Amino acid sequence: MVLFTLLQATMAAALPKAAGAIGAAAVAFAAAFGIGKLARYVMEASARQPEIAGGLRTTAIIVGALIEGVCLFAVIVCLLTLFR
Amino acid sequence: MKKLRLIFAALLALLPLSLRAEEEFDMQSFIFGHIGDAYEWHITEIKGRPVSIPLPVIVHSKTRGWQCFLSSKLEEGEYRGFHIAPAGSKYEGKVVETGADGSEIRPFDLSITKNVLGLMVGSLLVVVLILSTARWYRKHDALEEAPTGVPGLVEMLVASITDDVIKDAVGKDYEKYAPYLLTVFFFILINNLLGIVPFFPGGANVTGNIAVTLVLALFTFLMVNLFGNKHYYKDIFWPDVPVFLKAPLPIMPLIEILGMFTKPFSLMVRLFANMLAGHIMILCAVAIIFLTAELGPLLNGSLGLVAVLFGIFLDCLEFLVAFIQAYVFTMLSSVFIGLAHQEPEAE
Repeated sequence: MVLFTLLQATMAAALPKAAGAIGAAAVAFAAAFGIGKLARYVMEASARQPEIAGGLRTTAIIVGALIEGVCLFAVIVCLLTLFR
Repeated sequence: MKKLRLIFAALLALLPLSLRAEEEFDMQSFIFGHIGDAYEWHITEIKGRPVSIPLPVIVHSKTRGWQCFLSSKLEEGEYRGFHIAPAGSKYEGKVVETGADGSEIRPFDLSITKNVLGLMVGSLLVVVLILSTARWYRKHDALEEAPTGVPGLVEMLVASITDDVIKDAVGKDYEKYAPYLLTVFFFILINNLLGIVPFFPGGANVTGNIAVTLVLALFTFLMVNLFGNKHYYKDIFWPDVPVFLKAPLPIMPLIEILGMFTKPFSLMVRLFANMLAGHIMILCAVAIIFLTAELGPLLNGSLGLVAVLFGIFLDCLEFLVAFIQAYVFTMLSSVFIGLAHQEPEAE
């Protein structure tokens, strides 16, 4: 019973920061997952057809930047929870 | 290898000693002091006294009219009725004046702050680069000889962006929009690169300020929507979808109008977040040295070495990200402009 009230008190004080940190970790996981998949297919395609590797590299960089953009939206939201 | 062992042994011998800092290292003010805006450009601290360049504070208040003075005058506290709002106030860190009833009023503020001066330095650099290239092209015949040096570098960038990005994305009247898109590319690139340079006149975190990226996205919004052709607006207000999605309740038109705003919004947040995150990461890498100062010279020394190497790696990564973000902003802007100039498909 005492432990439950203690847990409630701690959560009330630190919940925004905990939620922000967990959110940022989830975003990092999502970004790494998405860009990792992209990297896998780019490398596979470059291995199959090395002459188009340059074009694939450009597309990969652009798509990587777009995926990172979405993940950084979420990072900004998490930073806002930590500092307000 | 033997010298490394000697150094390590010497550090080990100093293990019992520890550095005690005079005050605790305030991580939050360290980071926000470097990435935030300020009324003076803080350069360094010599023997405990801060060395900074004071910048003009230009404000207009309803009671006192236009006032212009150097921000160093605000150091003592109050000057001509204006002071910097203390921590905890709504206008923390900004110039406020005390109203008749003692409340804080924020005057109309046009001060040359650190970000404004950084913008000016970046813009001057872009202008100098481009105009010197243009001068080379006026003096030499481009078909006879190739440019070298700065005009060569600028020509390489302009040619690659125009041929690979703008021509394909915008379509047949790309020459009308190429000046805007190339200006945006060079502006973002130069300001991103200046943000990585750690000493004056670089390091002002211009593109990591959401106001600056808001204006850039606003310009793209205006370029797309002011010059869109009729087919573009027809696709927004009466798209080619089943009637129940647009007639009694204009669901699809509302979604299309929302799309008109979300595309530049994503441009703004992408550039802002990438630059801000990069700067914060570099600052955290440097802050490791200060955070571990109390742990003794061995840990501080080795973690300091790790921090330096990590910081160099992050700087190189930021160099790449600076170019990629400028490229992606320009590419997406040109794609949006191209989408606003499409001919209707033949039935």
